Amino acid sequence: MSTTAAPPTSVPVRPTVTRKPVGRVSALGFKYLALVFFAMAVLTPLYIVLVASFKGTAEADPSNAWALPDVWTFDAWRQAWDQLLPNLKNSLYLVIPATLISTVLGSLNGFVLSRWRFPGSDVVFLFLLFGMFIPYQAVMIPLAQLFADVDFPTGIPRLAFAHIVYGIPITTLIFRSYYATIPEELIEAARMDRAGMLRTYWSVVLPLSAPAFVVTAIWQFTSIWNDFLFAVFLITDPSKWPVTVALNNTTGSLVTPYNLQMSAALLASLPTLVVYILLGRYFIRGLMAGSLKG
Amino acid sequence: MAEIVLDHLNKRFPNGFEAVKDLSFEIAEAELLVLVGPSGCGKTTALRMVAGLEDISSGDLFIGGRRVNDVPEKDRDIAMVFQNYALYPHMTVAQNIAFSLKLAKRPKAEIKKRVEETARLLSLEALLDRRPKQLSGGQRQRVAMGRAIIREPKAFLMDEPLSNLDAQLRVHMRGEIEALQKRLGVTTVYVTHDQVEAMTMGDRVAVLRSGELQQIDTPTNVYDRPVNLFVAGFMGSPPMNLARATIEADSGRIAVRLGSLAIPVPDEVARDRKLEEWAGREVIAGIRPEDLEGPREDGTLVGSVKIEATIDRVEALGSNLLGFFTVDAEPATSKGIAEATGGDLEEVALITREGTPFCGTFEPRSAIRLGDRVDVSVDTRRLHFFDPESEAAIRG
Ligand SMILES: Nc1ncnc2c1ncn2[C@@H]1O[C@H](COP(=O)(O)OP(=O)(O)OP(=O)(O)O)[C@@H](O)[C@H]1O
Ligand SMILES: [Mg+2]
Repeated sequence: MSTTAAPPTSVPVRPTVTRKPVGRVSALGFKYLALVFFAMAVLTPLYIVLVASFKGTAEADPSNAWALPDVWTFDAWRQAWDQLLPNLKNSLYLVIPATLISTVLGSLNGFVLSRWRFPGSDVVFLFLLFGMFIPYQAVMIPLAQLFADVDFPTGIPRLAFAHIVYGIPITTLIFRSYYATIPEELIEAARMDRAGMLRTYWSVVLPLSAPAFVVTAIWQFTSIWNDFLFAVFLITDPSKWPVTVALNNTTGSLVTPYNLQMSAALLASLPTLVVYILLGRYFIRGLMAGSLKG
Repeated sequence: MAEIVLDHLNKRFPNGFEAVKDLSFEIAEAELLVLVGPSGCGKTTALRMVAGLEDISSGDLFIGGRRVNDVPEKDRDIAMVFQNYALYPHMTVAQNIAFSLKLAKRPKAEIKKRVEETARLLSLEALLDRRPKQLSGGQRQRVAMGRAIIREPKAFLMDEPLSNLDAQLRVHMRGEIEALQKRLGVTTVYVTHDQVEAMTMGDRVAVLRSGELQQIDTPTNVYDRPVNLFVAGFMGSPPMNLARATIEADSGRIAVRLGSLAIPVPDEVARDRKLEEWAGREVIAGIRPEDLEGPREDGTLVGSVKIEATIDRVEALGSNLLGFFTVDAEPATSKGIAEATGGDLEEVALITREGTPFCGTFEPRSAIRLGDRVDVSVDTRRLHFFDPESEAAIRG
């Protein structure tokens, strides 16, 4: 989405030299001006994408990127939908299990590492943290090799497995920080009530974990959905491509159908948007409740 | 129900800190033992060792005759009431109380019956469907108790269970816990900071100082016969008056000299403590505020020994009145007192350079005021004497 965006015409601000109350008003005005400026900087490319997606193929051209469509049409959206539907499905088949499994694993790990510690748990945690800083590029070749060596089922299972394993460090970290805020006495009370580790997790910790689950699920959903590198590398069969890889192939051979590209891009990013809108307020709350405090 | 025996228990934390040192005592079956001591002395640690939440570094722990050092907490059959109650926030009161029975896979009908019984015992019937956050502090405290008693465990461990409640509720709950413990007859260890709880609730009191047991006895004995300066300074509020003094012997009559005051010591006290052996030597003398009594309403004094005092400060507590005056004896600066009262040595010495402030009790409606000169009677039978070197009580 690298359209050459003209900078919005800036209104010159002249600070008015006045007494206090007015000074405060002008400071507030300046604050809003700055906020509007940055909001526009973020939203301008989106505007171009959005208008282009409603244009016809002929009309969608970088030369009139700023103009509203002369004729509003859903053609590009319809076409993108038809073309990407199988891949959208692939993405869902990938993202839903991978998100659920990596989140549940993170929750279990986080519980054990923060509240049911064992000798050497600090070292284990350190290694897990370390895993977070390994770039995709560094593991791709050994990963593919390993999959081939053990004859792992090809296609989406491979990709899902890779994302699950790769997600464990971050999901563990989020849950560990969240669980650190659960009072130790609560766990000890369960122990005194004769609950074992799994029982304590299931009956006491899990019911209190909703905020951390939301945060982690959104995080995992978004990053797995948006991933391109693992997908393009691990999946060779185009019919199994997730939407991100398929998106790359909406580029036409002779002319570039900008309207199609833009609507496809929007379509591909819609699910993460929906997830965020549905769960977003828990996301904020969850961050407040656990992750940031830890 | 069972007796608990602590046999030379030690706790050394991974950072090397020794929180409990050579702790040995027994708690008889159905007894309520109160564990007191200043903040950080190891009360919680000791309790958690008994509960099994903290490993025992060395020594033996027996519950009901069985050595349980290596028995995990869930098999010790002990219930604990936490200071902040630690109720499960997502469960209702009924579910909180029933949790342990549910884990033990008791039949549904039995659980229901026992929850109802427990709720009745604690007047929680109307609250069974509420969540902890919909309860007041006192109600939460009762739920925490309910969670402990429904199991009919071998022992209760309670860690300052009333410290989060306001004064009135505390008095009420104190009585309820005491009555409940007597009714159920369950061996109980009760940790507290509170002087009143320590004096009134327990069959016996154990006083802890930096992880070491100082004295374990009935509340009255601990109060009346403290074994050392630390216990003397810790038990009682306001604390015992203590000052440096000299024992004087004159043809068989013993007196204790506090600065310019010479207070005769009754013969039976002198004999009992073998004070003759201390003649001419320095001791630390102590007397509790209630044994220094101002004139009665009709102006008469109770005791035969009276001293003259100039009032420096008055504290009216309603039920009685505390009057402070200075005795021109050197203050008894000791580590034990400083630790017990939470002050530090130099501070104590500084305040009291010109003598030692003593506290006496006066008629609540007596009109004593700052600067008044009044007679104060000394109940000399209640004098305490301590060895300034060892800080131990002189017992003869
Ligand atoms: N995990 C630990 N590691 C090291 N030292 C500890 C640990 N837990 C407690 N301590 C130390 O052990 C000592 C006893 O602590 P404990 O909690 O038993 O005191 P307490 O008597 O219960 O105090 P309070 O009345 O304030 O509750 C304290 O000095 C504390 O700092
Ligand atoms: Mg404590």
